Amino acid sequence: MNLAGRPARVSVWALGLLPLLALLWDFALDGLGPEPVERITHHTGKWALRMLLLCLAVTPLRRGLGWRTLQPHRRTLGLLAFTYASLHFATYLVFDLDFRFGELAEDVQKRPYITVGFATLALLALLAVTSTRGWMRRLGRRWTKLHRGVYLAAVGAPVHFAWSVKADLAEPLVYASVAGVLLALRLRPLTHRIGRSDANYATLPRSTKTGIGNPSGTKGETTEVW
Amino acid sequence: MLIRKASDIRSGEITEPELYLRRRDFIRSAALGAGSAAVSAPILTACFADEQAGAETPPRARAVRALGDVRPAPPEYRLDERPTSYEDATTYNNFYELGTDKGDPARNAHKLRTEPWSVVVEGEVGKPGRIALEDLIAAHALEERVYRMRCVEAWSMVIPWVGIPLGDVLRRVEPTSKARFVAFETLLDPEQLPGQRRAILDWPYQEGLRLDEAMHPLSILAVGMYGRTLPGQNGAPLRLVVPWKYGFKGIKSIVRIRLQSRQPDTSWNQSAPREYGFYANVNPEVDHPRWSQARERRIGEWRKRPSLPFNGYADQVAGLYRGMDLRKSF
Ligand code: HEM
Repeated sequence: MNLAGRPARVSVWALGLLPLLALLWDFALDGLGPEPVERITHHTGKWALRMLLLCLAVTPLRRGLGWRTLQPHRRTLGLLAFTYASLHFATYLVFDLDFRFGELAEDVQKRPYITVGFATLALLALLAVTSTRGWMRRLGRRWTKLHRGVYLAAVGAPVHFAWSVKADLAEPLVYASVAGVLLALRLRPLTHRIGRSDANYATLPRSTKTGIGNPSGTKGETTEVW
Repeated sequence: MLIRKASDIRSGEITEPELYLRRRDFIRSAALGAGSAAVSAPILTACFADEQAGAETPPRARAVRALGDVRPAPPEYRLDERPTSYEDATTYNNFYELGTDKGDPARNAHKLRTEPWSVVVEGEVGKPGRIALEDLIAAHALEERVYRMRCVEAWSMVIPWVGIPLGDVLRRVEPTSKARFVAFETLLDPEQLPGQRRAILDWPYQEGLRLDEAMHPLSILAVGMYGRTLPGQNGAPLRLVVPWKYGFKGIKSIVRIRLQSRQPDTSWNQSAPREYGFYANVNPEVDHPRWSQARERRIGEWRKRPSLPFNGYADQVAGLYRGMDLRKSF
C-alpha cells in the first residue's frame, strides 16, 4: 500500500478534520455547554497547536526512525494547523469582538498574548500560501529559508497559550516542552547523531520524498528543509 | 414570577438526565422536609421506585437540600433579568481548590464535606470564637437575593442566592473601634480540596473587604442558591457574595472571618498584583492587562453585552468610593 500517495493524503486530511467534526457533534448534542464560545476557542486553539507539533514531528521521525512515508503529510499537517488557527481567530473576531476591527488593532497592540497569537497566525498564513509547488519553484532556495519560519510559530503558539491562562501553567508547559524537544532535534549535533537511518534518503526518487515536487530544481540536492 | 422556588420546578422543564437525577434527589429531601405538600404522590412513587432500582444520584447533587423558610427577595434586591439555568450555574465554576477547568469543581465537589462546619470569628471583635454554621445562621432570617455575578474573566450570570446580610453577622460579633477591614479564609484541606495539592495560588484562599463594604446591605453570606443549599462547587456551605465586585472576591467555603485594622492580603492580588486589585470593583473602563473589561458574555448567550460600572449597582455603592481614583485602586 502506498502510504505517501494521494489517497493517503486525503485520509490525513479527513483524520485531521475529525476534531472539527467532534466539535460540531457536541454542538448538535448539547450546544457546547454553558460557554460555547470558550469551548470553540479553546478547542480550535489547541488543535492548531497540536497539528503544528505533529507537523514538526515529521522530519525527526523520518530521520530517526526512517519513516519516510510521513514526509508528504507534513504539508497537510501544516495546512491543518493553519485551518484550526483560522477558525480560532474567526471565533474571536465574530463572538468576542463582534467584528470591531478597531478593537482588534488595539488588542494586537496592547495585549502581548494576542500580539504573539496574531504574529503566529500571520506566519502560518504566509507559510500556507507559499506551500504550493508554484511558490516552491518561484522562491527556489529562499523557500527553504522562509519555511524555517515554522520554528518561530512553534515558539509563538505555546507562548501565546501560556500567556492566555490565569494561573495554572501546567498544560501550556506540557505543550511548550514538546515544542522544545522538537526544536532541539533540529540542532546540528543532534541531527548528526540521529541522521544515520536516513543515510540513503538523498538517493531516493524525488516523488517519494516530498509528494509535492522539487522545490529548488537543482539536481541531486536533497529536498530536506525542516 | 421570574424566580421560582425550587419546589416550583416540574419534570418537563428540565430534560438532562443528570438534572433529572438531581431534581429527584431534591424532591426526596423536599418530601422529607416541609415542602412535601407541593409534590404529587405519583412523582414521589416514581422517584422511590427508581431509587430502589439502584439508580445512582450523581455525587455533586448528594449534599444539596431544599431550604425552608426563605424570605423572597425584596424589590431592591431583585432583577428584571432571567436567572442563569441551575445546570449552567453549577457546572461552570471557578473554584481552583476543586480543579482549574470550569467543569472540575462539579466533578470534584463530592470530596468536600460540609457537615459539620464551623467558622472562627476573631480579631477586633467583642465576641470572638468558633461558631457552628447552624448557630451562625439561626440568628438571622434567610433572604433571597437575585444578583448579577460578573467574573473577572468577562463572563457573567444571574443567580438567586439565599443568604444573610454580612453586616448583620458582623454587628452580632461586635467589631471594636479598631476594626477597619474584614478578612476571610477558605478551608485548607488538600484531602477535601484536592486543588490545594498544587501551589497554583498561595493556599488557603484569602479575601477581604473594607468594613464599610462588608456592612453594605448588598453584601451577603450565602448558604444557598435557587432555593437549595449551595452545592460544593459553588462554595458550600458558606460563601461571600459582593455583587458589585468581580467574582473572585466572593470567597467560598469560608472557615475564618477576622476583623482587623490593616488591609488584608488577598490571594489573586498576591498572585498577580498588576492584574487583580484589592478592590476589584466591576469597572468596564479599567481593562485587565490581558483583556478588555468593557463587555461580558452572559452565560447562555453567544454575543457579548456591555458591562456596567459596579456591575449595575453604582447607585447603591458608588458613594463608598467617593474621592478615590478607581484606576489606581482597581
Ligand atoms: C490573531 C490570532 C489569535 C487570537 C486573537 C487568539 C486568541 C485567543 C484567545 C482569546 C484565547 C482564549 C484565552 C482564554 O480563554 O483566556 C486563546 C487561547 C489559545 N490560543 Fe489563540 N489566538 C490567536 C492565534 C493562535 C494561534 C496561531 C494558535 C496556535 C497555533 C493559538 C493557540 C491557542 C491555544 C493553544 C490557546 C489555549 C486554549 C486553551 O486554553 O485550552 N492561538 N487564543
